[in-house]
Amino acid sequence: MAEVLVYVDHVDGAVRKPTLELLTLARRIGEPVAVALGAGAGDTAAALAEHGAVKVLTHDASEYADYLVVPKVDALQAAVESVSAAGSLAAVLVPSSAEGKEIAARLALRIGSGIITDAVDLEAGDEGPVATQSVFAASFTTKSRVSKGVPVVTVKPNSTAVEAAPAAGAVESLAVTFSAQATGTKVTGRTPRESTGRPELTEAAIVVSGGRGVNGAENFALIESLADSLGAAVGASRAAVDAGWYPHTNQVGQTGKSVSPQLYIANGISGAIQHRAGMQTSKTIVAVNKDAEAPIFDLVDYGVVGDLFDVVPQLTEEINTRKG
Amino acid sequence: MSLRIVVTVKYVPDATGDRHFADDLTVDRDDVDGLLSELDEYAVEQALQISENSDDDVEVTVLTVGPEDAKDALRKALSMGADKAIHVEDDDLHGTDVIGTSLVLAKAIEKAGYDLVISGLASTDGTMGVVPALLAERLGVPQVTLLSEVSVEDGTVKGRRDGDAASEQLEASLPAVVSVTDQSGEARYPSFKGIMAAKKKPVESWDLSDLELEAEEVGLEGAWTAVDSASARPARTAGTIVKDEGEGGKQLAEFLAGQKFI
Repeated sequence: MAEVLVYVDHVDGAVRKPTLELLTLARRIGEPVAVALGAGAGDTAAALAEHGAVKVLTHDASEYADYLVVPKVDALQAAVESVSAAGSLAAVLVPSSAEGKEIAARLALRIGSGIITDAVDLEAGDEGPVATQSVFAASFTTKSRVSKGVPVVTVKPNSTAVEAAPAAGAVESLAVTFSAQATGTKVTGRTPRESTGRPELTEAAIVVSGGRGVNGAENFALIESLADSLGAAVGASRAAVDAGWYPHTNQVGQTGKSVSPQLYIANGISGAIQHRAGMQTSKTIVAVNKDAEAPIFDLVDYGVVGDLFDVVPQLTEEINTRKG
Repeated sequence: MSLRIVVTVKYVPDATGDRHFADDLTVDRDDVDGLLSELDEYAVEQALQISENSDDDVEVTVLTVGPEDAKDALRKALSMGADKAIHVEDDDLHGTDVIGTSLVLAKAIEKAGYDLVISGLASTDGTMGVVPALLAERLGVPQVTLLSEVSVEDGTVKGRRDGDAASEQLEASLPAVVSVTDQSGEARYPSFKGIMAAKKKPVESWDLSDLELEAEEVGLEGAWTAVDSASARPARTAGTIVKDEGEGGKQLAEFLAGQKFI
């Protein structure tokens, strides 16, 4: 059976959920071989094996932290060459983060392959893997293939449910020779983001967002309380971010993050096309807005026309009571 | 010293219009108005700011690959203040995928001559966000991408990249490829004077032969990916909408409980 390389997104050995989703999808088209790089790479093996990795290729070097993107491309290319030499390679899958897409693109060019980004589903096809994408602000669904080389596909978080499937997960060390370009862009400083204790926006099963109607940074506490009652991530519309009420890293929309949670709750958000582009693939959509004419109500499964300052605290209290 | 900046821009279908696909599953450009991709305005803005903040002689060239109408995008960038424009236009480019587009752009950038390439973070139609990385790979120069702050001094580009886990300070020697986010600074509106001046600025037109490229290397036939089908998303079934008359929050909780979210 052909191998499928899966690029592992991890933080000091803790594998992030989108990678486990990739392993689940990879098993539809072949045998997953995981590639884990950087500090803690070896510690990823148990989680990867639990989710179907037959093999885990690891490599650590200071280059991965000290320079931008290219060292990881060099390593992934080495992994492609080592797997191709040993057998057959069906595809390379990479999580659709900003960095993941850059790594995948450079790799695709180097190995002479086409690239598909932001797939929301993947299945085996007669002419190789078929990727489903959601385009034009999710108004169209396309099915695409890579027609040249080994398909390189990046997959959006929440594209599939994670399924465990224990496999050998044999750890092998990957031999990597860094290219001349590897040290081109130096990381001269790094300020870790303070953890809010909430789930990562793009990975969260539930996202609670606030927009213009929240009317001030201090009022985002209401949105955060609702999010915390549901164990959700907090999102913000561009209007709220541009007004300085919430950080840009939480922005949902065309110029921010694209999210696809099980449940999306939009509060005080009108639903301009730019925002819809970032949340329209959410499974269940709920909105609270004073304006009954707001376009967001065209998308919702359930909408409340009302003042969020009344509705949101009542909802939060009711959720907390029910959870008892 | 002089600094040559090439800004890559894209002419995209207006996202507020009714975007759809043509019969060959490429983007239908006939039925919807086009414009300069909003995210590219930030790239033009940063190029102009670097120019204004520099003691060196800086030339800002805007470059696009696209059909005849794409000149509108160049014109907008020129009216913002760019010095000149290059339009790569060729019938054989129809249907070119991202790998092919990066090839055409890289050839044009090399032919134009450059010290710095600046791009937006993604186009607002394809939204792939991979062209800057592909250009860096093709040109063999550092990529300093997704910057919310950028500065150029003494042959070095510095910037800040805000990721999910951390905010990183980056540095690379020129030549380099930079991409900027919408947090890099509000893009200016063209002034009346700028609009009038833009009419007189040079726009060069190049085709594939000018770039020593063959038709087979680009276009739908030369694409490394194939779209097999495109279907409009089924209309959502109308949801339940209630008016808050004092119990709106509780009613919503009831709905969420029914859906097993609570």
